[in-house]
Parts: sequence; structure tokens; C-alpha cells
Amino acid sequence: MYDTTYYRASSVSDATSKLAGTEDGMFLAGGQTLIPTMKQRLAAPSDLVDVSGIDALKNISVDGEVVTIGAACTHAQVAGSSEVAQAIPALASLAGGIGDPAVRARGTIGGSIANNDPAADYPAACLGLGATIVTDTREIPADEFFVGMFETALDEGEMVTAVKFPKPTKAGYAKFPNPASRYAMVGVMAAQTGNGVRVAVTGAGNDGVFRHNALEEALGANWSADATQGVATDADDMLSDIHGSAEYRAHLVSVMAGRAVDNS
Amino acid sequence: MTKVTMTVNGKARSAEVPDNTLLVDYIRENLRLTGTHVGCDTSQCGACVVHVNGQAVKACTMLAASAEGAEVTTIEGVAAGKDDLHPMQIAFKENHGLQCGFCTPGMIMTATDMVSRYKEAGKTLDEHAIREELEGNICRCTGYHNIVKAIADGASKMA
Repeated sequence: MYDTTYYRASSVSDATSKLAGTEDGMFLAGGQTLIPTMKQRLAAPSDLVDVSGIDALKNISVDGEVVTIGAACTHAQVAGSSEVAQAIPALASLAGGIGDPAVRARGTIGGSIANNDPAADYPAACLGLGATIVTDTREIPADEFFVGMFETALDEGEMVTAVKFPKPTKAGYAKFPNPASRYAMVGVMAAQTGNGVRVAVTGAGNDGVFRHNALEEALGANWSADATQGVATDADDMLSDIHGSAEYRAHLVSVMAGRAVDNS
Repeated sequence: MTKVTMTVNGKARSAEVPDNTLLVDYIRENLRLTGTHVGCDTSQCGACVVHVNGQAVKACTMLAASAEGAEVTTIEGVAAGKDDLHPMQIAFKENHGLQCGFCTPGMIMTATDMVSRYKEAGKTLDEHAIREELEGNICRCTGYHNIVKAIADGASKMA
């Protein structure tokens, strides 16, 4: 790991003002992706502004039809929250399937979506449930937040502070994890929301998480696993690597969509 | 350099370390507590698991500076005394839950964490749950069978 300068932020404004004064600094949350990336020297932030100790970002609240999760909430916290389990069981179950128990004890929702790994679970939750990402300066709909692989709509120095999830009528998540890394080869969040059926796919697309219009139409007409069978996914848009070809992933998308409906 | 202060196995410890020091390196190199192992150094194998504020975490994937003010427990801190092993340690010994032993410290730290979490949540830690909970701990000798048996046994003795 290259040298870096560590700073522990006490509040959101402390964090953003500290980061603004750095040459090439980054926010550090749970570090479950950033630290391994730094070890591989694929990231070399001049400064790390640790936001994991900011208490104001660790709250989960349910207000009517909206579940708000603070950016520094760990996956373990979301998975173990009875409020989340009651309001959006698919979200609690998704959080409980990220990484392994020790990773879930450190990794955070804010860190996950700000990184927007193409195989991460939370981007599928945000996009599939039609969440709103709250930052220190504005609110961004999930449809506009996830711009591409490892790319988000966040401006330089902008910080995710919370994610607001509207309660769906019904939702389910299913993922086919890579047997070694446990990252999603294909993960599908399917939801019946106030704005119709939404289907988001992670792990598969060659430009990161995406909404699957054909599956949304099929499930909008008939909410059943059967309806997902034969719904085609263009292999040209899929990732292809030693773990699975683009055609294999394209096939898995409709299979996992069916399982997501079964899980709802 | 940054000053880190934390409680490790009940003792207040403090040192000046480079900002990019990993918690596991601080524990092993500065404190000379070498029971916490580095296996893969890529967050997969779990040989480096320690408890930070009561939660099992991978010490190779956390900066020492992020543990400022924390209560840290390593494998050296679980036994009450030299001849008074923790029930989970006894269970690993009695069930032969190890072969080479390299992964064992992390296994024990993960095991005691899962037992206390399941107890707190009022959930049953059956064999299936133990295997699921061991997702982040890799053993290349045993095939896990005796580790799972040891954890079930240790869990009953911790009750």
C-alpha cells in the first residue's frame, strides 16, 4: 500500500471540508473494497478521510412508506434490523448475503454504492426499489445515480449520507454468487412499486447495474417466475470472463429473475 | 505517522504508526501478538479475524487508525489463563477441529462471535447455520467437518 494520510472525521461537514483540502483524497467508510484496492496499488489516495465513525450516519428509520438508511450503516446492521426486515424483507436479506460475516461487520451501504462495483449487491437494491440517494448537497434518484461501471453521478468531494427506500408492495432478490469470490455473477432485484414493476440486474452488465425493460414488462403483465422464462437478454451487453461467458450470464439473468420473484 | 490508542485484550496500548498500517500488522509487529495470522491478505481466508468492539472483523482489511479507541480481542485474549482455556478452544482440541492449525485462531474468533450473535438474536445455531457462518474462514486441511463439530460443541459449553 502506498503512503497515505489518515484523518478521522467527526461530522459530515468536517469530512467534506477536510477532503476538499486534500490533493487526491478519498472518503474511507468500512474499507472492505478500498483497502484491498489500495493494497493492490490500484488506488493511491493521498489522504483518507474516515467517515465510519460519524454517528449521524448510522441510523435506520422507517417513516411511513420510506425506509431511510444512514450511509455508515453496516451490512450486518441492515441485515439484523427488525425494522428493515419488516418493511422491506428483500433488502434485509440482500444485506445479509453480502460477502461474509466479518465483511458485513465493516462494509457500509454508502461505501458500496459510492464505489458502484459492477458485481455489488446494493446497486441492484437501490435501482430495483427506486431508491433516492441523499448526499451532503442534494438528493439523486437511483435511476440517475449509477452512471456506469465504478462510476456514479457524485461530484468531486460529494458524500453519500443516506439512502431512502420507498416500501415496495412486493420485492425479492436472488443472486448467483461466484463460487470463489462470492460476488454476484448475476443478481436480480425484482419489485412491485408504486411506479410499476422494476427489475435491476447486477453482476452481469458490462456497464454495471441496469434496469431490464423486457423483464419489467413481462413481470408487469404477470408477476410469476414462469413469466421470466424465455425473456431474452442481449449477450452483447453482458460481462464475459473466466467465471462465465456473456451467453451464460445472459441466460442466468432470466433464471435469477424467476428466483427473485419466488423470493418475493 | 499517527498515534493509535486502543485496548487490546484488556490492556491499554498505544503507539505511533505510519497512517497506512493495517490493524493486523499493528497487532503482530508492534504488539508482538502473533497468534493473529495473515493468510491471504485479501480479505478472504479469515486467519486474521479479531474482535473489534465485540464484532468479528478481518484485521487485514482495517487500518489500525480506524480502531482508535476500540476494544480489541485477539486469540491471546480469549482464555482466562494458561491452564484455563476458553470453552471454544477446548472444543477445538477435543473434536480435533484442526490439522496444521494456521486457520485456527481466526476460526475460534469467528466461532465465539457467531455463538454470541445467535444467542443475542435468539436464533438456533444448527449445523447448517455454522457452515454458512464460516463462509469467510478458509481451512485447507480438515474439510471443515471437525471444525463444524467443534463449534457446535463449543457453543453448547459456552451456554
